[in-house]
Amino acid sequence: MSLTNKVKNSLNWLIGGAQGSGVDSAANIFSRACAEGGLQVFGKREYYSNIKGEHSYFTVRISEREIRSHVDEINMLVSFDAETLLRHAGSVVKGGGIVYDSELADVKIGEVPTLDDAFRDRLVGLLEKVGKPLTVQGVLDYASDNDVSLFSIPYFQLLEEFSTKIEDHSLSKLSRMVNVMSLSSSMALLGFPFETLGSAIRYIFRSKPKIADLNVMAANYAYEYTKTHHDASGLAFSLTTKKPLPDVILVQGNQSSALGKLTAGCKFQTYYPITPASDDSEFLEANEIVPQGEGKDGSILVLQTEDEIAAITMAIGGALTGARSATATSGPGFSLMTEALGWAGMNEVPIVVSLYQRTGPATGLPTRHEQGDLLFATKAGHGEFPRIVFASGDIEESYYDTIKVFNFAEKFQMPVIHMLDKAIANSITTCKIFDQQRILIDRGLLMENVSDISPDLGHASHYRRFKLIRDNKNNNNGEANYLISPRVLLGTENGIFWNTGDEHTEEGHITEDPEIRTAMMDKRMDKLRIAIEQIGDEDKATLYGIDEPDSLTVISWGSTKGAILDAMDRLIDEGKKIRFVQFRLLNPFPIERVRTLIGDHKQLVDIEMNYSSQLALLISENIGISMDHLIVKYNGRPISSSEVYNALVRIILGEAPRRIVLKHGA
Amino acid sequence: MALKLSDYKTEVHNDWCPGCGDFGILNAIQMALSEMGIQKHRAVIFSGIGCSGKTPHFINTYGIHTLHGRVLPFSQGAKLCNPELEVMAVGGDGDGLGIGAGHFVSAGRRNVDMLYIIFNNGVYGLTKGQASPTLKLGLKTKSLPLPNSNNSVNPLALAAVSGFTFIARGYSYDVRHLKDLIKQGIAHKGLAYLDVLQPCPTYNDINTREWYQGSDNLDSETGKQIPRTYKLEGAGYDGIVHLEDEADSKMSNAILKSYEWGKKIPIGTFYQNEMVPTYEERIASKIPDYVKDPPSSQRVSLTDGRPNSDISRLLDILRVSN
Ligand SMILES: Cc1ncc(C[n+]2csc(CCOP(=O)(O)OP(=O)(O)O)c2C)c(N)n1
Ligand code: SF4
Ligand SMILES: [Mg+2]
Repeated sequence: MSLTNKVKNSLNWLIGGAQGSGVDSAANIFSRACAEGGLQVFGKREYYSNIKGEHSYFTVRISEREIRSHVDEINMLVSFDAETLLRHAGSVVKGGGIVYDSELADVKIGEVPTLDDAFRDRLVGLLEKVGKPLTVQGVLDYASDNDVSLFSIPYFQLLEEFSTKIEDHSLSKLSRMVNVMSLSSSMALLGFPFETLGSAIRYIFRSKPKIADLNVMAANYAYEYTKTHHDASGLAFSLTTKKPLPDVILVQGNQSSALGKLTAGCKFQTYYPITPASDDSEFLEANEIVPQGEGKDGSILVLQTEDEIAAITMAIGGALTGARSATATSGPGFSLMTEALGWAGMNEVPIVVSLYQRTGPATGLPTRHEQGDLLFATKAGHGEFPRIVFASGDIEESYYDTIKVFNFAEKFQMPVIHMLDKAIANSITTCKIFDQQRILIDRGLLMENVSDISPDLGHASHYRRFKLIRDNKNNNNGEANYLISPRVLLGTENGIFWNTGDEHTEEGHITEDPEIRTAMMDKRMDKLRIAIEQIGDEDKATLYGIDEPDSLTVISWGSTKGAILDAMDRLIDEGKKIRFVQFRLLNPFPIERVRTLIGDHKQLVDIEMNYSSQLALLISENIGISMDHLIVKYNGRPISSSEVYNALVRIILGEAPRRIVLKHGA
Repeated sequence: MALKLSDYKTEVHNDWCPGCGDFGILNAIQMALSEMGIQKHRAVIFSGIGCSGKTPHFINTYGIHTLHGRVLPFSQGAKLCNPELEVMAVGGDGDGLGIGAGHFVSAGRRNVDMLYIIFNNGVYGLTKGQASPTLKLGLKTKSLPLPNSNNSVNPLALAAVSGFTFIARGYSYDVRHLKDLIKQGIAHKGLAYLDVLQPCPTYNDINTREWYQGSDNLDSETGKQIPRTYKLEGAGYDGIVHLEDEADSKMSNAILKSYEWGKKIPIGTFYQNEMVPTYEERIASKIPDYVKDPPSSQRVSLTDGRPNSDISRLLDILRVSN
């Protein structure tokens, strides 16, 4: 294939290997190189709950257009172990290529101990069906039959030659660079300029200049070897650089919300280690000194606690002193936090819980993805208390949303659960640099001095933390609404108050009086109404696509956003009318906004990464509308845009059952 | 204006049972605060859940009545975010040594500068007298259907091995002595543990006030009661670590002493070591401005509402184009 016929700057690249063998750094270099080369990047990481030895892989999708999701078809497979070939070679599509270690061809399927029985049986079945040997070669032959180009690279020989050339004979040390060499070979085949690749390698190893030099040299050696020894004409894909758009960053989903916390002025974060939430806290701890205006330094105190109960209760203690406080966790930890969540609700304490969902229940698939905690987050805890549940759909959004959730927590004086997940946390994307100028901080009725409280908000000779203040508007039981009472911090002169998890008086003392109980419940729950009034429409739910009465309406929440938008663009290009409603505020449920957006629409399709279509349940609970189709996935692997596209096509063609279960994934 | 004892009292009706040992502890706390002249708004009393958990409502300082077993993390979070506050944590023996035992151990490892008082009555008062973690094996207090089949934990020894740097025991009917211990615990630099022997006349019919006062422990010659409690200070015991290399031996003395029980029960200071860096000092070694500008006092926004923090340096690292 001549270069002009190749698909330029649009491909899906995958690198795999044993956990701990440098898959991540190779993928990060590839992503960085493409991004520096002016291309758009979306990558995602998949790994086992294991430290060394099990299979992990990273797919990186590249395009000149904006991309927001992964796809199932692989165009370039880069490997340096047998397992990666066995697991992924079959997914490489026509015109694609496979880079592999020449020495692995004879490895038998039975010789790879980390292949689990279920997968091995499926693979053996496939190879037997197509009459191929049960070896790596069999898998490669199968790919080759599909018009996939095979590029065998003798890594060991290259390493030996390289070691002689640089007069460093510690082969075992050098062999750690096989990841970078295989990546570099793929770049040579795709025609990507080495200079940009070299710059990306130096960036990733920027803290170790010597190692960076060595890796650049090794990469260059593999690059030149591949160019001389292989003919890439059968490969239908190429990559080149172009002039980058201005102000682009390449950012990971476990950095974006943490960066948002720094901008929001979060001063205290507690955590107990758990995948995929710990990265958020570790990023903050590594950056605990935070520059402030006027050349001053501020800080964030990050504290690893003994468990998640301590994490949330410490954060609450911190919040009572006025520090914007948060904790980050995943399902198992959030389960432990529920009692304290209710305490924060009862005592009107603003805290943020970043809930990075993963597959449940119990420890589920500890390192895999799911959106299984929506209903739990909206209901977690005994008794009734107000909380905000707010979901981000992608990495860029999660930065801005993080500042919003701190504002919500303080304005409405209640806990906020910020829904994130494994798919967001372990993906990487190019996006416009975060705009700090756009940010506004709102701390609500936080009073530095008791004397600042205005008379209509209950200033009196003695301060009452839970002052019952009536509005002049009536609520739906025909009584005047309650307003939010001004908050002071522990340590404020003349501001002494009490908190208790028991029902309490305006001062915060225990009471069992039935009238005060009713009033205090009303006061707390009324804040949900205030939140609904004050939170903007776009923050409640966002509409995308072609908004016409006969459009197909897709609804979803959280990290499925990217796959839906990418699939929708494809369908719109093909002339289909389709709109997408992304739900963001999930509690309190924005009934009016949702009615406006979906109330009059006929074809409603709900897409979620869970078994029971939890958003659809929430919608039917709140407005009694039910979905025409449910698309769900719960195998632990994020929904791809290919899957969304295919499922929607089936629905449009009228060939789909009411509920479609997606199953793709490796 | 000098603060009087009455300034530390609230009007809240106290619903503890008549004769409950908790009253003595409450008085001792109020006396200590007033004698130390701690301004009311600078003090925060955190509590767990139980009869003891109601204590903050009776004290006119900030009072945070938390969850069962969680008083230590709540209070440490507040203290670390605002080290200027005078933070005290109080709670029951079930609260601190049963459901909250994990926090007890972890708090010791941190050594945050505050005082923790356990009201040790051997029972779960508020839930009607079940056995608490400090009730001795084989004892059958009033509301137990059968004798206690768990062994008891020794809170003083547990505090020692967990890393508390001040360990003392008081008796709730010796209010003056208890008040002095509270003052020492507040003044101590680091995490102080104060165990208070607290008769619960309603449910613990074994370790009663009379029992502590020796009603069954008569001098064979005079026939007079010999009180069980005796003061370590008056018995030539010195638990204070004056030199770094005495820390281990003083701790083993303290642990050994803490096992003395029965006819003679020591009260007073078992151990004190101010040479262990506090958690606040450990933070300050990493965040130099921590003491001057702790989390609670840092400004979040500028006057126009824009953020005070500037993450440009971090964004520049992620930048791929200008
Ligand atoms: C999570 C939870 N479990 C159980 C209870 C019920 N509960 C209330 S007080 C208490 C025990 C109190 O005993 P202790 O801590 O010794 O305090 P005391 O009443 O003796 O002062 C229990 C189990 C609760 N409030 N929360
Ligand atoms: S039950 Fe015991 S501890 Fe509780 S108030 Fe009554 S006497 Fe005191
Ligand atoms: Mg008790």
